[in-house]
Amino acid sequence: MAKIIRRERLVPNLHLLEIEAPQVARKCKPGQFVIIMPDERGERIPLNIADWDSEKGTVTSVFLVVGTSTQKLSILRSGDEVPVYVGPLGKPAEIKKYGTVLCAGGCYGIGAVYPVARAMKKAGNKVISLIDVKANYLLYWEDKLKAVSDEFFVSSRDSYYDCKEFIPKVLKEVVKTTKIDRVISYGCTYLMYTCSEVTRPLGIKTIVSLNPIMLDGTGMCGACRVSIDKKTKFACVDGPDFDGHLVDWQELFSRRKSYFDDEIQSLCYWEKENFPKS
Amino acid sequence: MPDKTKQMPPELKASLRAGFNEAWRKELRKSLPVKERMKIRRQKMPERKPDLRNKHFKEVNFGLAVKNALKEAQRCLDCANPMCVMGCPVGIDIPAFIKLIEAGRFNDSARKLKETNSLPSICGRVCPQESQCEAVCNLKKATGVSVAIGNLERFAADFERDSGKVFIPKALPPTGKKVAIIGAGPAGLTVAGELVKKGHKVTVFEALHVAGGVLVYGIPEFRLPNKILRAEVEYLKRLGVKFEMNIVVGKTVSLKDLKSDGYDAFFIGTGAGLPHFMNIPGENLIGIYSANEYLTRVNLMRAVDFPEYDTPVFKGKRAAVLGGGNVAMDSARTAKRLGAEMSAIVYRRSRVEMPARAEEVHHAEEEGIEFHFLTTPIRYFGDDKNRVKAMECLRMRLGEPDSSGRRRPVPIKDSEFIMEVDLVIVAIGNSSNPLIGQTTPELEVGKWGNVEVDWDTMATNMEGVYAGGDIIRGGATVILAMGDARIAAAGMHKYLSSKK
Ligand SMILES: Cc1cc2nc3c(=O)[nH]c(=O)nc-3n(C[C@H](O)[C@H](O)[C@H](O)COP(=O)(O)OP(=O)(O)OC[C@H]3O[C@@H](n4cnc5c(N)ncnc54)[C@H](O)[C@@H]3O)c2cc1C
Ligand SMILES: Cc1cc2nc3c(=O)[nH]c(=O)nc-3n(C[C@H](O)[C@H](O)[C@H](O)COP(=O)(O)OP(=O)(O)OC[C@H]3O[C@@H](n4cnc5c(N)ncnc54)[C@H](O)[C@@H]3O)c2cc1C
Ligand code: SF4
Ligand code: SF4
Ligand code: FES
Repeated sequence: MAKIIRRERLVPNLHLLEIEAPQVARKCKPGQFVIIMPDERGERIPLNIADWDSEKGTVTSVFLVVGTSTQKLSILRSGDEVPVYVGPLGKPAEIKKYGTVLCAGGCYGIGAVYPVARAMKKAGNKVISLIDVKANYLLYWEDKLKAVSDEFFVSSRDSYYDCKEFIPKVLKEVVKTTKIDRVISYGCTYLMYTCSEVTRPLGIKTIVSLNPIMLDGTGMCGACRVSIDKKTKFACVDGPDFDGHLVDWQELFSRRKSYFDDEIQSLCYWEKENFPKS
Repeated sequence: MPDKTKQMPPELKASLRAGFNEAWRKELRKSLPVKERMKIRRQKMPERKPDLRNKHFKEVNFGLAVKNALKEAQRCLDCANPMCVMGCPVGIDIPAFIKLIEAGRFNDSARKLKETNSLPSICGRVCPQESQCEAVCNLKKATGVSVAIGNLERFAADFERDSGKVFIPKALPPTGKKVAIIGAGPAGLTVAGELVKKGHKVTVFEALHVAGGVLVYGIPEFRLPNKILRAEVEYLKRLGVKFEMNIVVGKTVSLKDLKSDGYDAFFIGTGAGLPHFMNIPGENLIGIYSANEYLTRVNLMRAVDFPEYDTPVFKGKRAAVLGGGNVAMDSARTAKRLGAEMSAIVYRRSRVEMPARAEEVHHAEEEGIEFHFLTTPIRYFGDDKNRVKAMECLRMRLGEPDSSGRRRPVPIKDSEFIMEVDLVIVAIGNSSNPLIGQTTPELEVGKWGNVEVDWDTMATNMEGVYAGGDIIRGGATVILAMGDARIAAAGMHKYLSSKK
């Protein structure tokens, strides 16, 4: 059992979850993830580690509410417990002095990319952060990210911030004027895919954090298999970070939809149990 | 691997002899002449009807009734030279436990079993008896039909558990030594039981949220009910074993961390990990599972009870299972139970080479599982949603024997054909779990990722670190894992006793 220290809504549909897990906090590295099971009947789902405090012994994730498991997580309160919280899993992100590193994040990836940006900065890189939100009120952790970035851009569809284009277009502009040595893209699959397509012709190494469906997260089941350079890899042990130019994106998109009908059924069942006759 | 043609160790021989000469055993032998014993027919274990049981997950076998167990025990000739013991990888004193059943001392029989086998109710159910103890039983040589050793083992162990009088041995005084067991599979659980009885402080670290290893996430409920395993784990807790769940050693903590936390000795029982795939086109289509994933969804995550439980699983109409072992049988029978109209085993060799337990193959056939021998898939086809819809197969014939002594399957030219399937389960084996090896560079591992050990003590190249079970064998059996565990426990106890 792991105790919830804090669960709060950051912006509509995105929540922060801080969990007491001293052993995990002691070992966290940027780019790793945890597996959490919201209750005894729940699914084991992976969440990136967005921050941690090894002294306090807590680990933080940011999650988007999409289905039953994340719905269940979104109603937890501090003091509640979850039956499974295991990590840190996966290979840490490769942190080195590359020169100029561009971190592109959207959705839960704004949180997930933060520790990578922080470590890249600490390793002596110039860090450019490129954040994408649908509207101004969906931006979170602006201060945190600014503190570890040399340059900070936000694109939002309502043109409230620097520009209204979707991130890849912005990325295209930035690479025209600035020499980028490495791109890190975290967040929804579509964002990671389109960022990789922008940098592919330019040959800029682009690292993405893949999010296939997982089960154990320890290399035992093969649920998380992805094709990298035409070879099958297990994202939970060989990744989740991979070279975005080598990923078979169509396969990932379709495999992520494996249980589409079941997920809707599951959510309806849960809503009926919890909000009868509403 | 250790030498299989080993002689019976002298201590075992002496203790078998001593038991044989006990007065009550002599009496019992005299009570019924051998000729009469040989006339008794092997007692059948009652089973659920195939066409009913293949729709739910209740256990297939009911277990022997008392009167049948007594009768079956009479069949055992209490041989002066009990070959059966040589067939058992842990050398259980088989005539002793069977004669205790014949004498009606069921709980004593269970205790006798537990002297050498800490999980008899499990081994009685899942051991491949027909190729081990029962294969060399003298009664089989004489009459063609062996004593039902496995069924009797299960009977005694179940009786003791159900009687509520499970014997809790007195632990020896605390030694002050701390032991860390990594992995709560049969190997880890066995070492934990042995060492806690010796007075050591034992903690088991397990990556998943339920203890039992393959016994909980792999072997289905209809073959090994969960409550049996839970009872075994409860028993260990009562002996004082501590369980730390959701800890991946190598990730959450390292061996080094555990060492600095004051652990004196370690046992690695992390089992088999990475499932093998065939690396043929289309293998990542939706609806193609590894057996590990399929069975874990159904057993551990209870996808049977979806949507009450959140984890889904595909319920195919036409399922193909690749492989011929126990894992394949379990997968095919599970798919049938989840509603598949066709559930088929597709195996590249022939029936005789199948490594599955005879009873499982028999049960699978009864339940309507189809068998396609000498067949192998070469690629998959998907529909517009990337879901598997068909599989192209090739027919094989058997050629020369390979290194395992089994005849090698050779493809027959132009024999391709299409099989329509919407669910495929790949059950062609696993390699050893790589996690500890990867994160503990000092540890010596072989080319298959298996941890290397000294087979006499199960010691690895690192001081105080031992290993056993599937992590050193790369996919074996419960009883072999437990046999390793007993040797390791002895080695570890010796090591701990010598340590100041
Ligand atoms: C390494 C990794 C890190 C991730 N980090 C984050 C994160 O930091 N924040 C965040 O919001 N999300 C993250 N995800 C995605 C997150 O796991 C899914 O959104 C979540 O599992 C959805 O569960 P659900 O029951 O709420 O939704 P469901 O209704 O079950 O599914 C909605 C969609 O989520 C995906 N999904 C479903 N089950 C799983 C599963 N067991 N594992 C992975 N994906 C699944 C599928 O694409 C599915 O279509 C990460 C995924 C991976 C693999
Ligand atoms: C479907 C199926 C059916 C089978 N049927 C039979 C049968 O009928 N008869 C038979 O004799 N054998 C059978 N087997 C084989 C048998 O189950 C195994 O040989 C046996 O379980 C091996 O035991 P083990 O303790 O070595 O490993 P496992 O049972 O694999 O247990 C290893 C445990 O270690 C945990 N672990 C792994 N890595 C870590 C880590 N880094 N940190 C912490 N914990 C970790 C795992 O989660 C797991 O719980 C079957 C196997 C399967 C999959
Ligand atoms: S443990 Fe297995 S091999 Fe040994 S006696 Fe029991 S059934 Fe036979
Ligand atoms: S060999 Fe067979 S008959 Fe003889 S003691 Fe063993 S089980 Fe009994
Ligand atoms: S989630 Fe099971 S192997 Fe990656």
